[in-house]
Amino acid sequence: MEGTILRTENLRVSFGDNLVVKGIDMEITGKQVTAFMGPSGCGKTTILRAINRLHELTPEAKVEGKIFLHSENINEMEAMTVRRRVGMVFQRPNPFPTMSIYENVISGFILNGVKLKTDEKNNIVEDALKKVALWEEVKDHLKKRSTSLSGGQQQRLCLARAVAMKPEVILLDEPTSALDPLSTAKIEDLLYELKGNYTLIIVTHNMQQAARISDKTAFFYLGELLEYDDTKKVFTNPKNEKTQNYITGRFG
Amino acid sequence: MKNRWRILENKIFVKWLSIVTIITMVLLLIFFLTLLVSSWPAIKANGFGFLWGKTWDPVANHFGMLPFLIGTLITSFLSLLISAPFSIAAALFLGEYYPKGVIPNIFRNVIDLLAAIPSVVYGFWGLYTLAPLISKLELKLHLPAPGVGIFTASIVLSIMLIPYSVSLIRQVISMTPISLKEAAYALGSTRAEVITKVIIPSNISGISAGFLLSLGRALGETMAVTILIGNSPEIPHNIFSPSYTMASVIANEFTEAVGDVYLSTLIEVGLLLFVVTTIINLIGRLIIKKVSY
Amino acid sequence: MTPYDIQGLKGRRIKDRIFAAMVWGLTFSCLAVVFIILFYIFKMGIGSLNWALFSQNPKPVGETGGGMLNAIVGSLIVVVLAAIIAIPLGISVGIYLAENRGRKLSDWVAIAVDVLQGIPSIVIGIVIYVWIVKPTGKFSAYSGSVALAIMMLPPIIKNTEETLVLIPVTLKEASLALGASYFRTTMKILLPAGIGGIFSGCIIGIARIAGEVAPLLFTAFGNPALTANIFKPVDTIPKVIFTYASSPYDDWHRIAWGGSLILVTFIIVLNAVIKIFENKWKVQF
Repeated sequence: MEGTILRTENLRVSFGDNLVVKGIDMEITGKQVTAFMGPSGCGKTTILRAINRLHELTPEAKVEGKIFLHSENINEMEAMTVRRRVGMVFQRPNPFPTMSIYENVISGFILNGVKLKTDEKNNIVEDALKKVALWEEVKDHLKKRSTSLSGGQQQRLCLARAVAMKPEVILLDEPTSALDPLSTAKIEDLLYELKGNYTLIIVTHNMQQAARISDKTAFFYLGELLEYDDTKKVFTNPKNEKTQNYITGRFG
Repeated sequence: MKNRWRILENKIFVKWLSIVTIITMVLLLIFFLTLLVSSWPAIKANGFGFLWGKTWDPVANHFGMLPFLIGTLITSFLSLLISAPFSIAAALFLGEYYPKGVIPNIFRNVIDLLAAIPSVVYGFWGLYTLAPLISKLELKLHLPAPGVGIFTASIVLSIMLIPYSVSLIRQVISMTPISLKEAAYALGSTRAEVITKVIIPSNISGISAGFLLSLGRALGETMAVTILIGNSPEIPHNIFSPSYTMASVIANEFTEAVGDVYLSTLIEVGLLLFVVTTIINLIGRLIIKKVSY
Repeated sequence: MTPYDIQGLKGRRIKDRIFAAMVWGLTFSCLAVVFIILFYIFKMGIGSLNWALFSQNPKPVGETGGGMLNAIVGSLIVVVLAAIIAIPLGISVGIYLAENRGRKLSDWVAIAVDVLQGIPSIVIGIVIYVWIVKPTGKFSAYSGSVALAIMMLPPIIKNTEETLVLIPVTLKEASLALGASYFRTTMKILLPAGIGGIFSGCIIGIARIAGEVAPLLFTAFGNPALTANIFKPVDTIPKVIFTYASSPYDDWHRIAWGGSLILVTFIIVLNAVIKIFENKWKVQF
């Protein structure tokens, strides 16, 4: 258990005139899994993408407020630096189609122009693939195209790609929603193991998933943080009525 | 340290992209200005009578563009006219009668081969095959029989237009909503009636745009026409007469032009070509964009 | 009594058949024309395909024999140089357009590219003459290449833009999320993913200019001697065809047919390459 690794201060995100995230103050604890939950449109993915400054790709998006990684303000750092310390896994597996499995794992280094010796590269690849339980399945096919893998394997590859950079925080945007139940279970097990060494924030629609693997759960509604506590407490004894309604399935 | 270089190369890259893009747009403007400035001496010397002046006499420094204007317009429109039934038929064949399948696909690729033949080769072929035939025809009609002239050039030009107009018209026709066709069939129409009474009328603007763009191509076509037009700066008497087009006179006389006004006049002809083809292109593309929605 | 009595129905059916017959007939005429022309070029050109055509320069007027080595080399120089100029520029503009859709500049440039594509090639030749040939006082291969490069830009730009737009945004996001700069993301992820379409665009551009004469008439001009100097005038295969076709010498005609066959074959092969590439090089996402 570590202290706070990520902190937001009055975080607001608007798209044009539409204020989607309405002032969030929260602290994420290190080496834990924090789940972001809430109905569609509540802003949970928007907050996630604010952490690694992906909103800069959208011209109409405006991010205000502060986000601190340890004690540094993310918005005052160089975007590329932030993204190297904060990894992301996306909803649909997106390995780079023109790269092999091997190259995908170290793509973070390739893209940042970091020159590594072959031994170093091999070690990183093996280490990352072992961490995501993919090593045994692909160790003889490392040069194959990444798109030759199944959906679940591709997503694990994306996780390996993120893990290889040894990020301080890994953001996961509904990482299993496009996968079959078996792959989903595999990845959930992985996340549970990874949290010993990484801080994970996972946006999920799947309540059982949140209940299974997360330590803390944050419940968002219409851009506001309604409830944020230990997962057990949120699920068994929610303080907010809306949380209660969401958990019991009264609205999606 | 490494970071600073990466940020710099990124900045340079983004700037480079915008600069190149702006240059591309400005290129067009510079084209127009270049032509305008270079034809200014001619515009001053020849005045506006140039456009309908009947004589082209470089020796006497007397320039009139009417023969080229007529030659260009007649060959272009004639070639359009000749190619139209073929283009529409092929477009209907590939777009309506047999839109899918291996054989129609082959046919489409075969017709596209027409676009692979360079203009100069078309001219050469026309000189060897068509010109003698037309010459024989002219003899039968008791006309002077050089073989080359407006008619020969127009035939070859029409062949050159076919792959483009077929492709454009086929695209336009394929966008006809199926429900429209089904409604017509459901009323008991024959295929020919659906085509002539529903498909073609409902796509008439798109088809016209296709012809407009083909016209633009025809106006600018140089090499084949130069070889086959007969290069006579006189106003043609009939479609078998040798003639001259705006593009051809530039091609033939540019490097021989003595004197600033002569060259400038040829550039002025180029300016007119530029303006006319640009306008036609813009209108054509505008119509097609509208029709695509 | 139905609106259509049997007599009228027969007439309409007949009209339908006639119409279909006309459509068939005219379409097949088009196909026949293709074969007629290609066959004729083949017939006339195959006889001239000998070693001399490829290895000798033209002989002086009146002498028989000779070849078009100078023109073959000239074509290569002019086309390759044009490609070197046009490809980086065209791809760059294509990248810009794909990234900045909806911006005013993008809309204007799209129109400009369309117009550029429609400019008669001889007019482009005039402009390059005024820009390069007149100030420098001489004809040159590189001025011809500049003219051809301008003609190559529209297909390269359009194909690059269309290809990049099809790449899912999530790929770009994945790369940026790893801390990569936009530059590296483009070069290492996006361009490789779109290499098929971009390459097609370049080949289309080359096919377009390989047979062009008009823009070279007063830029590269022509040169009966063999030269690899881009600052000197050069002959190209289509230019030689034009010169020889307009001449009265049988021998020159023979060479011109050989050149026609080479040129047409080259362009048809390029077109075939494009069609094959369109299917094979589609990267799976």
